Amino acid sequence: MKTGAKILVESLQREGTEIIFGYPGGVVLPIYDELYDSSLRHILVRHEQAAAHAADGYARASGRVGVCLATSGPGACNLVTGIATAYMDSVPMVALTGQVPTNLLGNDAFQESDITGITMPITKHNYLVKSAGEVSRTVQEAFYIAGTGRPGPVLIDIPKDVSTGLSADVKLPEKVTLRGYNPTYKGHKRQMEKALQLLAQSERPLIYAGGGIIASNASPELMEFAMLASIPVTTTLMGIGCIPCHHPLNLGMLGMHGTEYANFAVTECDLMIAIGARFDDRVTGKIDTFAPHAKIIHIDIDPAEIGKNKRVDVPIVGDVKAVLRDLLSLMKKQGAHEAWRKKIKHWKQHHPLKCPTNGALHPQFIIRTLSDLVKEKAVIVSEVGQNQMWTAQHFCFHNPRTWITSGGLGTMGYGLPAAMGVHFARPDVPVFDIAGDGSIQMNIQEFGTLASNQIPVKVVILNNMYLGMVRQWQELFYDHRYSFTELPPVDFVKIANAYGIEGMRVESPDDVLPALQASLDCNGPFVMDFRIEREENVFPMVPAGAAINEMIGGHPPS
Amino acid sequence: MKPHTLSILVENKAGVLSRVTGLFSRRGFNIESLAVGPCEEPDMSRITIVVIGDDAQVEQVMKQLNKLIDVIKVSDLTDSERVERELALIKVTAELGTSRAEIMQIASIFRASIVDVGAKTLILQVIGDTDKIDALEKLLRQYGIKEFVRTGTVGILRGSKTVTSGK
Repeated sequence: MKTGAKILVESLQREGTEIIFGYPGGVVLPIYDELYDSSLRHILVRHEQAAAHAADGYARASGRVGVCLATSGPGACNLVTGIATAYMDSVPMVALTGQVPTNLLGNDAFQESDITGITMPITKHNYLVKSAGEVSRTVQEAFYIAGTGRPGPVLIDIPKDVSTGLSADVKLPEKVTLRGYNPTYKGHKRQMEKALQLLAQSERPLIYAGGGIIASNASPELMEFAMLASIPVTTTLMGIGCIPCHHPLNLGMLGMHGTEYANFAVTECDLMIAIGARFDDRVTGKIDTFAPHAKIIHIDIDPAEIGKNKRVDVPIVGDVKAVLRDLLSLMKKQGAHEAWRKKIKHWKQHHPLKCPTNGALHPQFIIRTLSDLVKEKAVIVSEVGQNQMWTAQHFCFHNPRTWITSGGLGTMGYGLPAAMGVHFARPDVPVFDIAGDGSIQMNIQEFGTLASNQIPVKVVILNNMYLGMVRQWQELFYDHRYSFTELPPVDFVKIANAYGIEGMRVESPDDVLPALQASLDCNGPFVMDFRIEREENVFPMVPAGAAINEMIGGHPPS
Repeated sequence: MKPHTLSILVENKAGVLSRVTGLFSRRGFNIESLAVGPCEEPDMSRITIVVIGDDAQVEQVMKQLNKLIDVIKVSDLTDSERVERELALIKVTAELGTSRAEIMQIASIFRASIVDVGAKTLILQVIGDTDKIDALEKLLRQYGIKEFVRTGTVGILRGSKTVTSGK
């Protein structure tokens, strides 16, 4: 007989878990006691939210299921933002929470919260385990659900008496089968043939590539498909990295802060092939004027995404990797779409992203300097806001899973803890967290986790003493009324030093490269406080609800 | 916008009903009626939900329902030949020597049965589709309805077609 806690730890290891991010508390004491002499690595964070983001970062960078652990009540509730972040971006994660003993469930016991009820809308599935004998099967199912189909977070709530309760080993099936869960992986052949017919007729095709390509490791297939048929590719925020930035077919990001040429191409294309993307409002702008001349092919593993926001001509439900492979086997080399590509090339030449150079310290310059310095040998994590958009626009990403950011939920405070998780997935490369002074302060306590574990995350704070993105909206749409968006100056280097982390303040463009180099030369974590031009904006920009070719801050028509 | 009758086969487990209904409210759908109970498979339950929406909205809610791990099958019965029934219990004011006879006459036209006779009230039990029950309620209103209890609609396809797990 074994305790539920022991079975839990063994089950996690059976699923291949190497590391969990967590924070102890009353009802998870039996689990922590089991971890005390387990080979499973545990990283103690400083706030449970960070445990969830770290597990998420680990999952995004590795493609494997991330695991976090918290106690009941406040511990579990603190995971919520992290779970919602993972849910919105389809990140495979298993969140473990302690719960009050079963005889106290529903009694408003100390540190009780109905975490399965609370997380129902933000998990792919969740469980309240009622006996030690259910633990191993539940963990097996949870990993299966989290990591297959459209990935997502799964929560397992474990009452204290389940952790201490005893059970014999339960024989588990080789393969999980759930009668209510059967994702479709292979695309429908007729639909794929229809898609290829549309492609053959198209003169101005465009691939709109989303995070689904990264999730299903389908970049090689995407590249082969795009090159075989000479189709330009624009990526969503989540799709960045699926095609190398310098590739001639790459148009960069589309949408609210997309490139002008990507948004022009969307507006003029006659065929849009959406792959692993979901027509989010930040991408489409006004939905009726999104790709107005295009027939739409939509490939996605989640049938609920097809036709949700935009009418689709050819839906293909399936794993994008499998579907692209099948499409490649069915298709022949296509026309080169020369006139279309020439037009796009012209747009690219005349509407490049702007990088101001007037002697002041501009964030775009910092990102480009970092990009030139580390090239493809780094993973870049961001917070949310201007820092995120500048990085998405100006950093040159070469590979999938090297750009880690909170897209759907837009969670400030995501970056620093996610970067910790990324480090454990990719210890071979430096990990940078690109932050603003607002978002870094949302989880700045994690400097403690960086320091005590010597996690070598390099923190780039683009410090403008504003909540920059909100200030930008106030400037543009609220008549410069900066309501509660100014932040008093903070000496981030001193904060870092207080935690025992090295840091550097940078105030002039000449000092950017030396500071970034110093961060790479430092073996441990490093914090850089860049005092940037305070009222720098992210341009181009599509105002909320406008058509995506109606950008402000772009170039005059050519 | 029209009423759609959805037949949903689910795992018979704690919390499943709240997963299903939570999804409706989260996505902005109003449930017109709901009925849940055991079905031909001992470890499953069947939920019948009537929801009002256009075809695209209902399609989206069905797709979202299908994503729930505990949902085994979802069918929209609306455009198929089907039988739909509700049951209602109506407590009507009927003092002795007044309108009792009239009420009992109405009951028999509607094939409603009198399931309780009190000094001042009668309880009618009626089974039928939504329109029939609405019609009876309207007729009885003039006598004074003291209480009106109504189940959700349950529905089943006519003929040999079924909504089952397909095992």
